[in-house]
Amino acid sequence: MPISPPPAGWFRAPEGYERTWVGLALVWCIIMFLAMPYWHFKGKQNSTGEAYKVTPEAFAERTKRFIEQNKTGEKLNGFDVVAPAPGSDVYLLAKMWSYEPAVLKLKKDQQYRLHLSALDLNHGFSLQPMNINFHILPGYDHVITLTPTMAGEYTVVCNEFCGIGHHMMTSRIIVE
Amino acid sequence: MTNFKENEVRTCDTTGLPVCLNAQKFIKMNAVVAVVFLLIGAVAAILLALTRWPSVHLLPADWFYRVLTLHGLNMLIFWILFFEIAILYFCGTTLLKSRLASTKVAWVSFGLMLIGAIMVDVAIFQGNSDVLMTSYMPLKGSPAFYGGIILVAVGTLVGVGNFFGCIYIAKRDKTYEGSMPLVVFGAVAAAIIAVGTLLHGAIVMIPTFLWSMGLIDTVDPGWYRLIWWALGHSSQQVNVCAMVAVWYLISYLAVGAKPLNETVCRAAFVFYILFINIASAHHLLVDPGVGAEWKIWNTSYAMYLAVLASMIHGFTIPAGIESVQRGRGFTQGLFTWVAKLPWKNPGFSAVFLSLVIFGFIGGITGVTLGTQQINIIAHNTLRIPGHFHATVVGGTTLAFMGLAYYVVPLIFQKEYYAKALCRIQPYLFAFGIVLMSVSMSFAGSYGVPRRHWDVEFTGAALGHTFDAGATFWLAGVGLGGTLAFLGMLLFILLTVAAVFFGKSNAGSPMEAWTPPLAPVADEDLEHKTPGAFALVILLLVCFMVYYFANWKALADVWWVR
Amino acid sequence: MADEQNIHPIQKLMDNPWLLLALSLAVLFLSYTAWGWFDLASLPQAKLP
Repeated sequence: MPISPPPAGWFRAPEGYERTWVGLALVWCIIMFLAMPYWHFKGKQNSTGEAYKVTPEAFAERTKRFIEQNKTGEKLNGFDVVAPAPGSDVYLLAKMWSYEPAVLKLKKDQQYRLHLSALDLNHGFSLQPMNINFHILPGYDHVITLTPTMAGEYTVVCNEFCGIGHHMMTSRIIVE
Repeated sequence: MTNFKENEVRTCDTTGLPVCLNAQKFIKMNAVVAVVFLLIGAVAAILLALTRWPSVHLLPADWFYRVLTLHGLNMLIFWILFFEIAILYFCGTTLLKSRLASTKVAWVSFGLMLIGAIMVDVAIFQGNSDVLMTSYMPLKGSPAFYGGIILVAVGTLVGVGNFFGCIYIAKRDKTYEGSMPLVVFGAVAAAIIAVGTLLHGAIVMIPTFLWSMGLIDTVDPGWYRLIWWALGHSSQQVNVCAMVAVWYLISYLAVGAKPLNETVCRAAFVFYILFINIASAHHLLVDPGVGAEWKIWNTSYAMYLAVLASMIHGFTIPAGIESVQRGRGFTQGLFTWVAKLPWKNPGFSAVFLSLVIFGFIGGITGVTLGTQQINIIAHNTLRIPGHFHATVVGGTTLAFMGLAYYVVPLIFQKEYYAKALCRIQPYLFAFGIVLMSVSMSFAGSYGVPRRHWDVEFTGAALGHTFDAGATFWLAGVGLGGTLAFLGMLLFILLTVAAVFFGKSNAGSPMEAWTPPLAPVADEDLEHKTPGAFALVILLLVCFMVYYFANWKALADVWWVR
Repeated sequence: MADEQNIHPIQKLMDNPWLLLALSLAVLFLSYTAWGWFDLASLPQAKLP
């Protein structure tokens, strides 16, 4: 009985259905475990956590320079459209309650090194409707090597609570 | 040998077990306080459900985040820890036929936990700690907020220490022979995991408290998340162990079920003890700084051995039930033994529903979302609360409700009124939670964020419109949440009525919830359990389908590394 | 006692909550905490190219 001490000699190997189930479940567990390193090497979507230490001020300054150097002159809803060259480093600064640059223009099937950081608090990078989600931390330059595979207009939504204006924190990524 | 003094013990009229009167006092106090915090958390819950339901959108933004902070802390920490301390005191005394190790220590533990919890709730209501349960640095709450959490953590650790004291003196005084009972072993597993949990709580909360007082400069936000989640998720793993121990206890009390081979059950608890806490890493899978190797190894609970443990319990408990049911003659077909179970016994139905919900919904979604790469399409979306409401609410809380239907008659020695309502309560609550949980998961797969006041992004310069499906599922969240709230309120009202105004049953056995089932001698237990095996094969198939569907969904998104 | 000699070593582990507690803490602090902390602490400075 599970509420009293088991009889002496209770320790024994599983048998029958129990043994079969433990075996099957173990095989499934190993499959799930191997799936992750497999995808790490062969899959196209991974989260390696590539990051560097940075001060918010240095990152903000670099982002400002990035925007100046890559503005196209176009505007969307009053915001500068920033179109970095394919293969280059792209900077996105998150702060209460907006992203800079507010509008990025990228080219389909081209790779970019996207640097994410925050000026003040934890923020989220939630690309919709693709539903790609990464975490943004102040003091960390989170680098994501990104290749947009579909053209369209996407929104970056902040999905890490950052205060009263959290629900207004969004930006755009346009892929052509 | 007994270690009770005279007048310190009574003999239970239902089970014949010795009940230490000191332990009983603390079981009662902790259980009652637990239910008070459950009520606070429940009121918060309905307000939140009606806010996330876009057509209702009840609370304004500041109150939404305040009530969300209140909900997380009162449910995930206060309700559950107080109730678990009650469970530990029961397992460490009655089931070991031993006395409570120390009454003084029990008072200290209770006092610290209660004062701490009140401090936190007051700080939240004062409006200066809208930081959510996770209080991610550099969001700043008041010193009373952090101080209160520290007191709760220390108080719980003291109570866990008292439980270890019970384990020690029972062995020393030889109040039982051989290995400790399985249910107690499950409680020990929960207590062991709680130690690692609470130590991390102290390591992260003490500097944060000092920072909130202006005494230290800063705490690295990445380090904060790493250490906090060793408190935050590990505390939920304590709940898993306690829940599983309750499954074994109630399936025995309600049906007479005995596990076929305790070695397998105990080995599963050992896998929990060794490996379950490292999977707190699944909260940092898309974080900067921690590497892919760390993420993959830790999120896998060490090659999923702790998941194997859950899959084992998912078989052994139904198998134990099937074994005794077949032993008493319900041998027809694959599932007659299921039909003949006491579904009108709310203790039993709550526990069985808890097992099914935890396994099929909570477990499958949890392991999948905690896969390093799949997390990319799930982190901070509503899929996450969809998962954990199935595990902590549909799983642990529902199991604890089932336990209450026995604790009140056995420990409080009071009978429930309106038993017809008691019988339907677990089904109402389970239905609501499943609807809410599944709705959250679907809304989240459309990208709807968690912890977010307005999916219409009112006031945003560059807004976003989610797919119409998201709005549909958010209505499901509102509706499911409302039904679950009603189910929970019903439980609280019935339980409070019984505890304070119920008829005493002292001197006679508790009124059986359903006509007693025939006892079955050990040699008559059936060893072949094809029904339980069929159930777990179904679980495995569902698991594989859900898991691979998520990999496919991931493969369709932009390339990212 | 003759009984003690027949107890499987794994059963001895299961019957020892103090050893289990020590192992639990060791695995957690090494695999999760220390390793994770090391990863964070050894990050290089950003070059911001």
